Amino acid sequence: MKGAIRMMVVLATLATPVLAVQPDEILSDPSLEARARELSQKLRCPVCQGENIDDSNAAISRDLRLYVRERLVAGDTDDQVMDNVVERFGEFVLFEPRATGGNLILWLAGPVMALLGLFLGLRFLRTRNIAGPDVPELSEDEQRRLARIMEPDRGD
Amino acid sequence: MIAELGHFALILAFMVSLYQMTVPMVGAAKGWHGWMDSARPAALVQLILMLISFGALTIAFVTSDFSVQLVYENSHTSKPLLYKISGVWGNHEGSMLLWVTILALFGAAAALFGGNLPPSLKARVLGVQAAIGAAFYAFIIFTSNPFWRLGNPPFNGQDLNPLLQDPGLAFHPPFLYLGYVGLSMAFSFAVAALIEGRVDAAWARWVRPWTLAAWVFLTIGIALGSWWAYYELGWGGFWFWDPVENASFMPWLLAAALVHSAIVVEKREALKSWTILLAIMAFGFSLIGTFIVRSGVITSVHSFANDPERGVFILAILAFFVGGALTLYAARATTMMAKGVFAPVSREGALVLNNVLLAVSAFVVFVGTIWPLVAEMVWGRVLSVGPPFFDQAFTPFMIVLAIVLPIGSIIPWKRATLGRSLRPLRAALILSAAVMMLVFAVSTGHSALAVIGAGLGSWLIFGALAELWSRTGKSGPSRLLRLPRADWGKAIAHAGLGVTFIAVALIQAWQVEDVRVAQIGEPFDVGSYQLVLRSVERHDGPNFYAQKATIEASRNGRVVAVLQPEKRVYPVQNMPTTEAAIDYGFLRDLYVVIGDEQPDGGWAVRSYIKPFANWIWGGALLMALGGLISLTDRRYRVAAGSTKSHVAKPVPAE
Repeated sequence: MKGAIRMMVVLATLATPVLAVQPDEILSDPSLEARARELSQKLRCPVCQGENIDDSNAAISRDLRLYVRERLVAGDTDDQVMDNVVERFGEFVLFEPRATGGNLILWLAGPVMALLGLFLGLRFLRTRNIAGPDVPELSEDEQRRLARIMEPDRGD
Repeated sequence: MIAELGHFALILAFMVSLYQMTVPMVGAAKGWHGWMDSARPAALVQLILMLISFGALTIAFVTSDFSVQLVYENSHTSKPLLYKISGVWGNHEGSMLLWVTILALFGAAAALFGGNLPPSLKARVLGVQAAIGAAFYAFIIFTSNPFWRLGNPPFNGQDLNPLLQDPGLAFHPPFLYLGYVGLSMAFSFAVAALIEGRVDAAWARWVRPWTLAAWVFLTIGIALGSWWAYYELGWGGFWFWDPVENASFMPWLLAAALVHSAIVVEKREALKSWTILLAIMAFGFSLIGTFIVRSGVITSVHSFANDPERGVFILAILAFFVGGALTLYAARATTMMAKGVFAPVSREGALVLNNVLLAVSAFVVFVGTIWPLVAEMVWGRVLSVGPPFFDQAFTPFMIVLAIVLPIGSIIPWKRATLGRSLRPLRAALILSAAVMMLVFAVSTGHSALAVIGAGLGSWLIFGALAELWSRTGKSGPSRLLRLPRADWGKAIAHAGLGVTFIAVALIQAWQVEDVRVAQIGEPFDVGSYQLVLRSVERHDGPNFYAQKATIEASRNGRVVAVLQPEKRVYPVQNMPTTEAAIDYGFLRDLYVVIGDEQPDGGWAVRSYIKPFANWIWGGALLMALGGLISLTDRRYRVAAGSTKSHVAKPVPAE
């Protein structure tokens, strides 16, 4: 009994956690709901740390989920929904940063680096393909040390 | 008293590290053997002191000594013993103490097992290792001391964050740290080699096992963390591209690249300066990871007790070691001449491609992780970079990697013709195509993700098997068991990557989700399963209250599982958590979460069918197992350079 009272006190003093996506939020139109879920994956809960609004228990995420559905029901396209969300909540909620302005650097960093890496790799391979200058042989002392260090190689 | 003993041991270890970073270095420069050899006992003494120090803190936690501030802030008498122990590293100060203890452990291991290293190289390796240690001892003693006492010890503690009270998470940090800190060995070897001015096959043979061990630990640590997220956070996600996850993933990618490039140094004496650079960068990213987690510059679920001052200190350590090593590298790298000659289409060429792909993908993760910081500083834009970005920017590299991996790992050294090398892979190619068709046929939405992921994964698995088979040559299967363990390790690790590929693709493409208000006793369908909520009852644990639901899952009229998800409240930390109930299966997991009671009756229930979930971590375990088997290969067991003198016969190049 004492435990039950304590439990009730604890529960009452807690901000009741609203679980991720609630049954009452789900739209009756399955295709609209599917779109809502897809968009939710790309929206960040503004007050939690790195959770999308679909998985988040915060009240503001619920507001965002409901807002996205409201816009979808009103007939917005996906892009329009996102624009509206950004207008209200700021760029911070977008998990996929827009490829505009300085963000172009972010999006291009990978491909550019890959090309650069491939170029440097190929150039290196070309220099290796021609017999390089003769490398000075190991001294007798070094030879002996090497032989001690390397057990007979499998030679594969 | 015991806490003071630990504190004292920590300060002594700091003193010893100051000795170890100077005297052996001077000895190596001057050729004084006595000075060089003193590194060995110093490294061992450091380990003993750190074990005493870490042990003292552990005792304080286990005995709930709340006069120690750290224990008061992170423990509670009613907490189970396991979490009293894991509470030692479940906070900033304690986790840094674990960090340096492991650093001392690796230093001592190098001192003990490095008997065959040239004396000057050994002295320098231990000297660099001690220098890293000294920096972190100072960091702990001056900014994050775990041994501070409280003037008026309180009656009980504030408990540990309930999310961290979990067996999966209890062991996740030690493994990660073994990986992070293990890379310090590669770093110390690289810097020592730069000071010595020589890198040869023997050097690579010494460095590779340390790197491989660090990589194995990182793999296990990352897998444990991901598994924890899967069952604890309540929606079955396994990877979030969270800054702290990325902080462990970047060193993992670079360590994987390093393990491969060191092969080229060992076998072909090429790629030397690149390998040195990788070794520096891999540890550099470990330090960046530490910085990201500890400074709190990037918000994350993981950052506990962070503070900017500590961040600046770690940044200074990072700048000193990575900056110093890179300067040394710039000055010395040109002296490292490559020797091997080979054609672009060759094993060497394939390993270069492997390194480009792994290094660039690590770079992409890095840019994405720090981008919010950059955008805010440069343009004042407050933005986020999350899973949709990483999925698009990172995945292409993994796809290319998976396509070329089986080919690259089978083609001969020096010079190869693609056509002939591909012959042993024909069966693997056909089998993978068959898997792709099967997946295409059974997936309802004809999901491209499922088909490509499963196809690439099976290509990796069958490719690894085909390679093993081709290595037996004419002698047939009887030779299979006599193949070098390195071959087995390689095949198992590559197949493990394939298993993870399949799992990641299929769980995303085929997951079934259901969110509803369930009435007690009323069955509902989820995929091919029928679920019934039987009851919801009070159920209290040692340090929490809970509501426990009982849900019966049946298929074709037969009950397959009884699931009991819980909603918990930890009163001391005033924090609610959800405990998902999972029925683990080979081909699918049933994953059920109980939500709130609804005002007009019934309970919110979320249920998922997660196909191939276990394969994600199964694949990671296979990768780690492959690494371990490779570590036991003869050429590492027969200590690199046994004193038994072989006849000096030239090593066959091929």
